[in-house]
Amino acid sequence: MTGGWLRIYAITYLVFLYLPVILLPMFAFNDGTVIAFPLQGFTTEWFVQLAGIEALHGALLNSVIIALTTASLSVVLGICAARASTRFTFPFKAPIMGAIMVPLVLPEIIVAVSLLVVVVQVLNLPLSAWTVIAGHTLICTPFAIAILSSAFQGLDQSLEEAAIDLGETRWEAFKNIILPLVAPGIVASFLICFTISLDEFIIAFFLTGAEPTLPVYIWGQLRFPTKIPAVMALGTLMLVASLIILSVAEFYRRRGVARVGGKDSGGFL
Amino acid sequence: MNSEARRGLLLISPTAVYVLLLLAAPLAAVVAFSFWTQDFLTIDRTLTLDNYREAFTDPIYRVLMIRSLIISGVVTVVTVVLAFPIAYFVSFYVPPERKALWIFLITIPFWTSYLLRVFLWKVILGFNGVLNSGLLGLGVIDEPITFILYNANAVVITLAHAFAPFTILPIYVALEKIDRSLIEASRDLGENRVTTFFRVTLPLAMPGVIAAVLIVFIPTIGDYVTPRLVGGPNGLMISNMIQTQFLKLNNAPMGATLAVLAMCAVTAISLIFVFFNRRYLR
Amino acid sequence: MSIISLQDIHKYYGDYHALRGINCEIGEGEFFSLLGPSGCGKTTLLRVIGGFEDVSSGAVILGGQNMAGVPANKRPTNMVFQSYAIFPHLSVAQNVGYGLRKARLSKAEQDAKVTEALEMVGLSGYGARAAHALSGGQRQRVALARALILKPKVLLLDEPLSALDKKMREQMQTELRRLQRQVGITFILVTHDQEEALIMSDRIAVMFEGEIAQVAAPQELYRRPVNRRVGEFIGVMNFLDARHIEGADGKVRFDIHGLGKAVIEPANLPQGARAYAPVVGLRPEALSLIYEGDAPPGKRMAEGDVADLSYYGDMTYYEVLLDGMTDPVTISMKNLASRPVLERGARTRVTWDEGSLVVFGA
Repeated sequence: MTGGWLRIYAITYLVFLYLPVILLPMFAFNDGTVIAFPLQGFTTEWFVQLAGIEALHGALLNSVIIALTTASLSVVLGICAARASTRFTFPFKAPIMGAIMVPLVLPEIIVAVSLLVVVVQVLNLPLSAWTVIAGHTLICTPFAIAILSSAFQGLDQSLEEAAIDLGETRWEAFKNIILPLVAPGIVASFLICFTISLDEFIIAFFLTGAEPTLPVYIWGQLRFPTKIPAVMALGTLMLVASLIILSVAEFYRRRGVARVGGKDSGGFL
Repeated sequence: MNSEARRGLLLISPTAVYVLLLLAAPLAAVVAFSFWTQDFLTIDRTLTLDNYREAFTDPIYRVLMIRSLIISGVVTVVTVVLAFPIAYFVSFYVPPERKALWIFLITIPFWTSYLLRVFLWKVILGFNGVLNSGLLGLGVIDEPITFILYNANAVVITLAHAFAPFTILPIYVALEKIDRSLIEASRDLGENRVTTFFRVTLPLAMPGVIAAVLIVFIPTIGDYVTPRLVGGPNGLMISNMIQTQFLKLNNAPMGATLAVLAMCAVTAISLIFVFFNRRYLR
Repeated sequence: MSIISLQDIHKYYGDYHALRGINCEIGEGEFFSLLGPSGCGKTTLLRVIGGFEDVSSGAVILGGQNMAGVPANKRPTNMVFQSYAIFPHLSVAQNVGYGLRKARLSKAEQDAKVTEALEMVGLSGYGARAAHALSGGQRQRVALARALILKPKVLLLDEPLSALDKKMREQMQTELRRLQRQVGITFILVTHDQEEALIMSDRIAVMFEGEIAQVAAPQELYRRPVNRRVGEFIGVMNFLDARHIEGADGKVRFDIHGLGKAVIEPANLPQGARAYAPVVGLRPEALSLIYEGDAPPGKRMAEGDVADLSYYGDMTYYEVLLDGMTDPVTISMKNLASRPVLERGARTRVTWDEGSLVVFGA
């Protein structure tokens, strides 16, 4: 195999990428309150402790509800936009699609403060889970569109016409042919949006109401050194959960590729 | 307008309306606020450039803005330069059936809680952190090195890590699109490995590089977690000031002004960058 | 009795005039082809008949009913798509039976129909297979069975053979023809392959730039193209300048450049061609080389040099530059042991069949 130096560099780079990820479980199982080397010994105490923190449970539940709502909204909005952009031509298509994809590159703090200004100063409404959902949906929808567009793009338009030719209405053809074929893309985009929302901090920090989300809760805990081992345990659990969700998303994406008889060409990101 | 166009517009309308109401309108509100002033809790809606005057004259804002742009620029260069060889390696040297696995490996760390990743860099770079204890243990250094935490260096390292997948993926996609016979053709026409890279591979990969640069540079300006956790007083950026204005000082107009200025600066730099690279984007 | 009547159909895409006044009658049980180069509007016309495109003006009458406002799913037509459009997430049997869902049949009746349809296209026993695991030829058959199971009045086929390799294409050509005779349904085939159209069709409409240039049975189309363009598109044709000579005996004579004088069959004369200097067309097989021992050709003889030749095994196509001409003519000869293949540069004598001459306006 060629690329000897590149290979060494690639492995070094992977070490750099994984350095914090490896430390996370190390300190989560470390029997010591100080986050530093040398490690003290093995314990599962921090995980046990997590079960007793009620504020944490509230934040987790809050985050999950927000993430589920965000993912549902983003996927519905994403289906509309992805389907419209891949199937139809209409006036002002490029600027409209461009505007919808803007949150992908917009600094999150801009999204956060602009929504904050409108909600608090202009509309004079209280901050709540809904304000966080509004912000998260804004940044998740472009991700959903990116995944769904490739799912819709791969479809032969004559499949839909064939269904109509065989007696179905437009809606029936969409429901019976198009939706089943893009279902894996829908599942994958739902899971990605769910994960992004669950982990998002900047927007949540600005827009969260009395009930904090999980990342906002963690942010608060980071100030107290004694709370950090438990946070490490929590982070480990979240990483495992993320990996499971992403593996499921990847599985569905691949099944989608196989279902339409296409060739696999890498991951979904 | 024909029926196809009407159907398309109807279908796009929910998403478009959502963006209009929750992004375009709020952005417009931010711009409006930047021309207003606030006295305690009452907003004075007379249009004025006072905020902008203050933003340009008060050295604290100027220092923060310039520092933010410099840090973002350095982060962008470091991240892209570090990421390009990885994308190149995966695209050109990893066998096709293992490519998906490599990409998956590269994206996994990205799914760790963002806050905790930043926090763990603090642990790694700290006075008695992982790096220092490791280097001390190996006898490479005699006393802990301190220039890597609570300053701009720490911010650069941490952000270069956070944005790694966002840079590797677009470059990788651009490299994957290159027809391999183009490289063989270049070799056939007398170029060696290195000159082929600079005359064929790199120009064709530029759209990916440009995308990567924008994907890192623009959001980096808006980050305030990393500067807060690892930046120390000299590593703070404009977003920390925006956050302070909004949430602590309760001066939304000034925060809005800084946000607008940050946005304009980033957009202007991005446009200039794209303009100078426009020949690659045809 | 015509099943389809197309009446002055126009179709615009923005400023682009895709169909420019199509008028055509297609008979019941006919195998009808729309033939033309890409971009001539043949696929658009097929999609107009199927209801996938609306017309800008004009009418599609199908079985006596005006189809204006009738959507594709309500029309008595079914389509075989160029890509076949086999639903990849369904089995072969589910694909074939897809259109029966609205037919209010019992499960057993549906199954029987599916089995029958699969048998008809030679895919008995394939029902349980996954659709995406099929070969190109099998997909084609599934698409046919799926469309024919609904017993449409008209089956529309959009370049159905273009994705197949040469051998498979030839096999499917005969099979499609057989199937059409068996079911007796009107088939309308879109193709850019003139050979395919000649082999399969009862009648062919040749289209250029959104207009029908000629509608005729294959033999008529080949023998008497209405203009140079049709003559060129269907097979090979030599075009020679000619001058009209008024004979004292009332017969129509031409002096053909490079060949000499010829008497023209009245049927091969278009209206008004006498008025000016015409062009005559001659197929390669209407010209022949004269070998030693061949019967003397009489007056119809010219001489020239072999400029180039293409050897096809059964046939040889010669490019012969006749004396006094600037462009060579194409002559096809069967290869027989008694007729050795000439070499480039050889001197040869040429004769032609007077009855095969076609006269064009100019």
